[in-house]
Amino acid sequence: MVDTLTPVLTDMWDVDCGWTLRAYESKGGYRALDKAFAMAPDDVITAVKDSGLRGRGGAGFPTGMKWGFIPQDNPKPKYLVVNADESEPGTCKDIPLMMGNPHVLVEGVIISAYAIRANMAFIYVRGEVLHVIRRVQAAVAEAYAAGHLGKDIHGSGFDLDVVVHAGAGAYICGEETALLEGLEGRRGQPRLRPPFPAVAGLYASPTVINNVESIASVPSIVARGAEWFASMGTEKSKGFSIFSLSGHVQKPGQYEAPLGITLRELLDLAGGVREGHDLKFWTPGGSSTPLLTAQHLEVPLDFEGVGAAGSMLGTRALQIFDDTVCVVRAVLRWTEFYKHESCGKCTPCREGTWWLVQTLARLEKGQGIEADLELLLDQCDNILGRSFCALGDGATSPISSSIKYFRDEYLAHLTQGGCPFDPAKSTAFATEEVTA
Amino acid sequence: MALDDKTLGELRDIAARYPEKRSGLLPMLHLVQSEQGKVTPQAIEVCADILEISPAEVNGVATFYTMYKRHAVGDFHVGVCTNTLCAVMGGDQIFARLKEHLEIGNDEVAAKRQGDQYSVSLEHVECNAACDYAPVVMVNWEFMDNQTPESAVQMVESLRAGHDVKSTRGPKLCTWREAERVLAGFPDGRVYEGPTAGPASLAGLEIARERGWKAPEAPAPAAVEAPKEGQAHG
Repeated sequence: MVDTLTPVLTDMWDVDCGWTLRAYESKGGYRALDKAFAMAPDDVITAVKDSGLRGRGGAGFPTGMKWGFIPQDNPKPKYLVVNADESEPGTCKDIPLMMGNPHVLVEGVIISAYAIRANMAFIYVRGEVLHVIRRVQAAVAEAYAAGHLGKDIHGSGFDLDVVVHAGAGAYICGEETALLEGLEGRRGQPRLRPPFPAVAGLYASPTVINNVESIASVPSIVARGAEWFASMGTEKSKGFSIFSLSGHVQKPGQYEAPLGITLRELLDLAGGVREGHDLKFWTPGGSSTPLLTAQHLEVPLDFEGVGAAGSMLGTRALQIFDDTVCVVRAVLRWTEFYKHESCGKCTPCREGTWWLVQTLARLEKGQGIEADLELLLDQCDNILGRSFCALGDGATSPISSSIKYFRDEYLAHLTQGGCPFDPAKSTAFATEEVTA
Repeated sequence: MALDDKTLGELRDIAARYPEKRSGLLPMLHLVQSEQGKVTPQAIEVCADILEISPAEVNGVATFYTMYKRHAVGDFHVGVCTNTLCAVMGGDQIFARLKEHLEIGNDEVAAKRQGDQYSVSLEHVECNAACDYAPVVMVNWEFMDNQTPESAVQMVESLRAGHDVKSTRGPKLCTWREAERVLAGFPDGRVYEGPTAGPASLAGLEIARERGWKAPEAPAPAAVEAPKEGQAHG
């Protein structure tokens, strides 16, 4: 029986200066490198395939399969790009991981680049996290100085250079082809696929783009074996992952557990929902994953379980909202976010998110009519599946799911001529304010 | 102030980090902001010249990304997260209080009063990946976790007065221009400041430690060689 929590990536986080090379090596860090170099690159890919690791950035695509798509007979250089542009609302796992244990990412980059035969890798970190960028820059510099990066690493004959690239503020660059545009010094707008990045990615060369947590999971898979990794999790969702609890819970934070844990178990560990209140709604994996409610506490948090419940596992960004929160206010704010972050490339998203905000804002003020709910769903219908990338699809998730579960709350805004909730009551400092 | 030769050299160095030099544009724009406090028309010309692209192409990039500023920001740029989770947890109240206190609107610089050492500007920002510390305020892109309207007002007053303010999970705050230089890829030596992880990041790990929970042991004898630290090359 596997323990409820399984710290692997987070295991360094309570170590003094855990982000340094010395601390990482003292816990066995960089030992997976030699084991990987003793294997053929294809065998490393096979090991990652066998582990069942699926992308931790939201989509859940099998990591080893993605690596296997790189056409090795293509004469162009191959590239590895780490997507460290963590920006999905509610998602807050890669940032503490890179702050507390950047070397596990660097070691993962080296092994992954070796597997796909890339001699250059990029870590694209969102620009708005200065100290995280310092830690990643320092880890890369330390790895070079120790001979873990550069020419003929550990005498293996394998060369690798890593560049840490700071973004400049654009949620869309979390979309892998928009990220490539940003990395090529252009506006971050998604590219048409096919061709997929595995065939024509960065500089039109074969490119693998993986999330931070996916790459950081690779050293442990190589060191301890695919079987070990697959001994955690569920049948089709193997391994451990970081679950991020935020909002109205007693102990918000990061909980690293096997996939398949339930929100009920996580809430028990986190001391439950804020005292005196009940769970109202939550996101399983960021704002782009349809909302769930208290009836979904037992849903296994794996790709299949959350999918069967009508949502998506996404980034395991569990944003918890209690009964003080107006769902219409919450959804309007997310919709304003999508409107702001829409890159403008395609019409359904650029225009559609604008119209969604207009319609929702009117409802939130109690000025709409009941038919506006159908109008909203119709607008969603014109965006979902018709947008160039997943940003537009994601924008519809909170709207359609909230109307499904909370139609009466929308209508209450109309009958009461405004929002029935007091926003002061939902704040983290609500009790202080009341007694003051 | 025109970009000096040292900066021009650094801009070329950034472009040279990449197989194709245009990839340097994002960090180059961070560097010119560090030098000039915003993206100036001159900087656009200089970047275009180095990368051999048109100024319109540089301009298109500089106007796409929110961290690039076309007008000056304060020495300390305060970003209040007002995305849903932080807004609900108090970000809206913090942003409203700061606007009122500083007597400015979104994306504006507060007037520097007599005796103020530094200027402060204010912006509402989107999710900054610190939701377990909500409500979150960013100052020059450093985390100021678990804020209240009162703590935020005290913080901006300390900054204006020139007192040292420390990030809740990072170093003593540097100026916006100093921060932009780090983003351009020139480390400032502050990496050692601040903890490995903040308290919320450790919530699960602390429970695992208390209860003795661990990932399973690796099955087979771990065929792991000793690390070859410092092995010489070439």
